[in-house]
Amino acid sequence: MDAVLETRNLMKHFGALAVANDVSLTVDQGARHALIGPNGAGKTTLVNLLTGALAPNAGRVILGGVDITGEPQHRRVARGLARTFQVNQLFPGMTPLESVALSVAQRRGTTGRWWPRLTRDGEAIDEAAELLDRLRLLDCAHEPTKNLPYGRQRMLEIALALALHPRVLLLDEPAAGVPEDESVELYATLAELPQTVAVLLIEHDMDLVFRFARHITVLVAGSILVEGPPEKISADARVREVYLGEADHG
Amino acid sequence: MEAGRSVMTADHKLRYAPEADRLKAGASWRPPEVAFWLLAVAAYFLLPRQLVLLSRVAIMGLFALSLDLILGYAGIISLGHAAFFGLGGYAAGILAQHGWGEPLSGLVVGGLVAALVGFATSFLVLRGSDLTRLMVTLGICLMLFEVANKLRWLTGGADGLQGISLWPILGIWSFDLYGRTAYGYSIIVLFLIFLLARRVIHSPYGLALRGIKENERRMHALGTPVARRLVVAYTMAAGLAGVAGALLTQTTQFVSLDVLSFGKSAEVLLIVVLGGSGTLYGGLIGSLALIVAQSLVSGISPEYWQFWIGIAFIALVFLARGGLMGLARGALTLLHVRWHGRETPSGG
Repeated sequence: MDAVLETRNLMKHFGALAVANDVSLTVDQGARHALIGPNGAGKTTLVNLLTGALAPNAGRVILGGVDITGEPQHRRVARGLARTFQVNQLFPGMTPLESVALSVAQRRGTTGRWWPRLTRDGEAIDEAAELLDRLRLLDCAHEPTKNLPYGRQRMLEIALALALHPRVLLLDEPAAGVPEDESVELYATLAELPQTVAVLLIEHDMDLVFRFARHITVLVAGSILVEGPPEKISADARVREVYLGEADHG
Repeated sequence: MEAGRSVMTADHKLRYAPEADRLKAGASWRPPEVAFWLLAVAAYFLLPRQLVLLSRVAIMGLFALSLDLILGYAGIISLGHAAFFGLGGYAAGILAQHGWGEPLSGLVVGGLVAALVGFATSFLVLRGSDLTRLMVTLGICLMLFEVANKLRWLTGGADGLQGISLWPILGIWSFDLYGRTAYGYSIIVLFLIFLLARRVIHSPYGLALRGIKENERRMHALGTPVARRLVVAYTMAAGLAGVAGALLTQTTQFVSLDVLSFGKSAEVLLIVVLGGSGTLYGGLIGSLALIVAQSLVSGISPEYWQFWIGIAFIALVFLARGGLMGLARGALTLLHVRWHGRETPSGG
């Protein structure tokens, strides 16, 4: 399969601490790829290096065959790289419909236009409403986001990224803090994502990881320990030791 | 299979289309808005002795509207917005003093000069946090004040700019002592600029500005070039403040250093907060409330009026979050609940 997103020998250190140490990762087109590892393994740092929120000390990031290492965040998004956040980054005073319409407008490149009315660009709003319907958020389309239950907010977090029509979707612990029954529902929605979207998922809950992912990379102390299909990962003695062993305690 | 699919899509559309339409209707004019502007027109006929005061209300309202655009929508806090008000005022005044007394072009020049300086300084202002922005905007305004103070040959320094004479508007309406022309002129300019601002905030760009205020980090992640959006907003707000300043110069035919003072920046900020920021009308209502209260209270208690205004202001901030507009909205909701036994369907 073709790679849609790659890193080559990516390095990032904060002082003497290496948070990404020679990371070469390949995400295939349409992948369901999970990135796991104990706390402090550098998973979120890696996401920040991919999106351009952080600049690497060395190494390259390649999206769809193009070297994007030096590109600012917004250029990468335009190329099809979208992310969600582990801690909600929503627009508290805006409604879900407004928020998603904003995201759609951004994808369509109209947020710089101050003369045409948003409401005349009916397609953007229709598309936003349609997406909310698909994610079962339509009934709260006009509530201020800050009044929504937490599980709904997590779903909106994903909706904002999906509205960008990404080629690669980086999900940073989408179910963080969501009660179990709701997190199953959330993953059921994620399972319906089209195959044109490659998903790179960070997740702590091993049940969810093994249910969703078809490829897993284990990151420990900033380096890739092992990667492969779920069967290989669950059978790997080192992984059991550093990661699954620890999960038993938690 | 195909047929089944299209039926599903139609169902689907039935579900989401009404919700989409509700947002699309959000930008239409509401009855209170129409009433507000009708009252502004009626004031011309009903309060002929107050037109000088009401012109000031309109001009400060325009100035406050320009600040609300960056404070209430883009979330940029400024303690030096008078810089642009003053620049516009001096530009229009100097132009008229040097023999070009045509008012409309004077407004344009005032707006352009302020917008130009706004654009140039936006790169300084938009870096950093709220606190840095406060300091930088304040600093720029103080510098301009001193420059205007020193350049006596151009600005008249502390004596103010004298000898401004304006031609009649469109060659027809000359400025009179009772403020009839001044009020008509100010209110029409205010209304046109209000239409522009209303259009801007209901555009995709306006939504993006709100997004930046609500969560700048997410806007980066959505791929918005945030700095570029803010530069445009700041430039626009500076230009509109410049028009307000030019309007003050033209209607009073005088400019003093006061237009560039810290007090002016503070006053306009106070007006926006008093009226309710991020509402467009907040600046207009706040301006009306503050200027009318000032004039009433200073009549009753000439020496201590600022004391009473101060008390009223503190009380309002504690009692009415969201300013006068918040208070009005709360009252409307309450009435609606009384009459219909439920909250208004349009929460916004």
